[in-house]
Amino acid sequence: MSDITADVAMTELADGLSEATEVVKGAFEIDRSKAVRFGGLLALALVFISLVGMPVGMDGRQILYWINPDVYVNHPDGQGLSLGYVALFLWPLLLGWAVGSEVVLEGMAATKRGAHDLVTGLVVGVIGGLGVSVLTMLLAWDREINPENGVPAYGMRDPLVNWNEDLYILLTFNRGWTFALWAWPLLAGLLAMFGAGLRLMSDPIRKAIVAALLAIVAVSIFQFLVDDLLGGLGETIADPGRLSNFFGDDPDAGRPNVDSVFDGLLDFVYAKTGGLRLQGVIFVGVVAAGLSLLGSYVTRGRVKAARQAYLDRPVAERTTSSAIGMVVIALALIILPFFTGKIVNELLANVGIFLLLALGLNIVVGLAGILDLGYVAFFAVGGYTTAVLTSAGRGESWPSWVPLFVTDDGEAVVGGWIIALVLVMIFAALTGLLIGAPVIRMRGDYLAIVTLGFGEIIRLLFLSDWLKGYFGGAQGITNIEGADFGFLGTVTGVNPRSVFYLVLFFSAIAIYVSWRLERSRLGRAWMAIREDESVAEAMGINTVNMKLMAFVVGAVLASFSGAIFSAKVGSIFPTSFLILVSIIILVVVIVGGMGNIMGVIAGSLVLIGVLGGPKQPGLLQEFSEYKLLIYGALLIWMMLKRPEGLVPNARRSRELHQEEFLQDAWLKGEVDTGDDEGEEGDAVATEVAPA
Amino acid sequence: MSTAEATKPILEFRNINTHYGAVHILKDVNLAIYPGELVCLLGGNASGKSTTLKTLLGMVTPTSGEVVLDGEVVNDKPTSYRVERGVTMVPENRRLFKRLSVLENLQLGAYLRNDKDGIANDLERIYTMFPRVKERMHQKSGTLSGGEQQMVAMGRALMASPRVLLMDEPSMGLAPALVQTNFELIQQIHEEGIAIFMVEQNANMALSIADRGWVLQTGKVVLDDSADSLLANPDLRKSYLGEA
Repeated sequence: MSDITADVAMTELADGLSEATEVVKGAFEIDRSKAVRFGGLLALALVFISLVGMPVGMDGRQILYWINPDVYVNHPDGQGLSLGYVALFLWPLLLGWAVGSEVVLEGMAATKRGAHDLVTGLVVGVIGGLGVSVLTMLLAWDREINPENGVPAYGMRDPLVNWNEDLYILLTFNRGWTFALWAWPLLAGLLAMFGAGLRLMSDPIRKAIVAALLAIVAVSIFQFLVDDLLGGLGETIADPGRLSNFFGDDPDAGRPNVDSVFDGLLDFVYAKTGGLRLQGVIFVGVVAAGLSLLGSYVTRGRVKAARQAYLDRPVAERTTSSAIGMVVIALALIILPFFTGKIVNELLANVGIFLLLALGLNIVVGLAGILDLGYVAFFAVGGYTTAVLTSAGRGESWPSWVPLFVTDDGEAVVGGWIIALVLVMIFAALTGLLIGAPVIRMRGDYLAIVTLGFGEIIRLLFLSDWLKGYFGGAQGITNIEGADFGFLGTVTGVNPRSVFYLVLFFSAIAIYVSWRLERSRLGRAWMAIREDESVAEAMGINTVNMKLMAFVVGAVLASFSGAIFSAKVGSIFPTSFLILVSIIILVVVIVGGMGNIMGVIAGSLVLIGVLGGPKQPGLLQEFSEYKLLIYGALLIWMMLKRPEGLVPNARRSRELHQEEFLQDAWLKGEVDTGDDEGEEGDAVATEVAPA
Repeated sequence: MSTAEATKPILEFRNINTHYGAVHILKDVNLAIYPGELVCLLGGNASGKSTTLKTLLGMVTPTSGEVVLDGEVVNDKPTSYRVERGVTMVPENRRLFKRLSVLENLQLGAYLRNDKDGIANDLERIYTMFPRVKERMHQKSGTLSGGEQQMVAMGRALMASPRVLLMDEPSMGLAPALVQTNFELIQQIHEEGIAIFMVEQNANMALSIADRGWVLQTGKVVLDDSADSLLANPDLRKSYLGEA
């Protein structure tokens, strides 16, 4: 008897063992070539980012502190995690997550998630980390210490600017290259494994973790904004009388030195020298994760249902509720500057100036489909025309009949800017016609290249010695007066809040005009031209005139922006109007989503507000050096993965993923069965929209 | 076609010559389209069929000769002038504005019209004619099936309230089953009194519904006859209907 029980036990044990070996075996059944490919990509990315100088450049900004004084001694004050390290640690996480992605084909089951995912992540991370190890080895090998002064010199410094001691210290954690040799593969491996591990978690948990991580990084790098907003709000709560001073010339001047009621909270979360304290990290992480979990469990699909209900409503009703939404947003924007300080207002003013430009270009590119690469020309015309009309420092050669809206005391004439603006509009429209008339008959690439040329020609004219008597050549025009609106106040660069309001006003007009145009006969004609110019012509649309009109409308909007820019900065130079400006506006439009107004707004907030404009610093000043790199990478990624832009719009995304939709719809029998009812477009859009 | 010939032609070519650069495309072409008739222009590749359409619509200006619309020489009048007066084209391969909704496509057909009531009426008429189009009015036209797109293309042209419909290769790019439906559709429109000028390679099908026809060869009209005689013409049978 006992023999038999022993036998049973033995077989059970054997079964268990074989099961265990199955699991272990399964864990190592990974897609090797994919893991190696992603690992190689990770290694390349890490080495590239290191050599570009990003980690060292951003090392000054602390994300968080912990207590381990000897790890990061290269900062004067720091014992913590800097943004520089985050720029490196981010990639193992991302690629670890990405390597597990798979397209689930219709009719095929998704692969089961399991230990093999973790192993794949680990492999990716280790390979990537080895890339950094090799880099540190090479750095160590090239690190020749000068025997006389003990300072290390680097032979490769010449071609590689960032091949230096700072990078060496950063990559080795200041513990010598032998430490880095095993630390990087281990660290990157663990990070990538964690990234891959996210796929094994249930949705709410994963969302909570991601929310916590994002919140920690965001709260930390947007410290400035949070400080400013909560500070201003807190001060206002502590001393509401502060608002009475609001309409003064410089609202910040009278900002009383009261303590914000949020000071305690801010001191709890942030360290004095910037970055989060350990307790702040825990606090922010727990709050974000908690909110996310709360969101997942409490609302549980209710948001989605509400969205669906909204989409199911008739278009007219929807328009009303979006109009209400717009009013709420507008009110929020009007109140916002009450609480923000000078620098945030300055940022918002810059965002507004570029938003106005982007809205104009959105009409030209997004609606009419004319790829205008010389859009900056109209911005320049607006800026220079305003300057000529409102600056005593304009060129000597202007005849006296050209009006100058400056009093003899050198003050701006009340309402002068408005009159100047009318003239600006006329000039911009004329320039639009002048440039547009010869080029508008061209199509596609040719038109893009010619507009690029015209954009430069305009700038070079302003720069030229020939017109120096008028526009001051390279010295530009200085002493531009602000816009004086009488009792409403004066808009000058000293008071960014006023600039923000001015820009808000014009942006509102531009948004309204774009929104109306999209639904008008004119807008339809533009879209028809964008879709198929010959057929549009056959419909009786005068394509040349219509395209010219789009060009001119865009020109006028850009000139508004130029006029505000001029009043804001007080002096303009040809270098303010480089091709780069055109390109960046185009990127804003594309990243936001061509032809999508909300997208354009989001695009300007993210790109100009956070990363910064061509010359204007954004919220992340550490990024300014890598702005173009990030713009470029973002643009490529968007074009490949999300051509519909940042703000997904069911309409637009269906247009761009049309083939996939058609296939999906065909598979689901939606194309030819015709069994859908009412509100067709939206019903299909939401059914077929990819997650 | 005695009834048709009794009236004046809507659209006419008088000794039309066109050039692309130095290349001579149409050579002394004479055509006449009478109200309410269904005529077709046959021809092989590069025979000048599309140029004929473009010249009729004013997208190509002839080098000599006269394009006559309602007795008026319209050589130097723009496309919009002719569309306003009832000349409309259904382009080859349908060519809808793919990323615009079906409704927007139809509205664009009526681009030059100002009579709101008339447009609303015509929209209703098209919806009764093609119930499927109504079902899909808010959908992107590019997501429709080929047959539905054909209906929208026809609807778009009808929205201009045309007197003459110029059709460029209506059977091109359609499944064989759809070609038949499509020709039935053309006949249906024709029965409403709209003149149709059809450019086709599918000679058999086209001639079976047409009243008259021309055959264009390297820019010259080589045959001009009633559809029945053209169908019986041995030369034509040889070159277009693939008979030995």
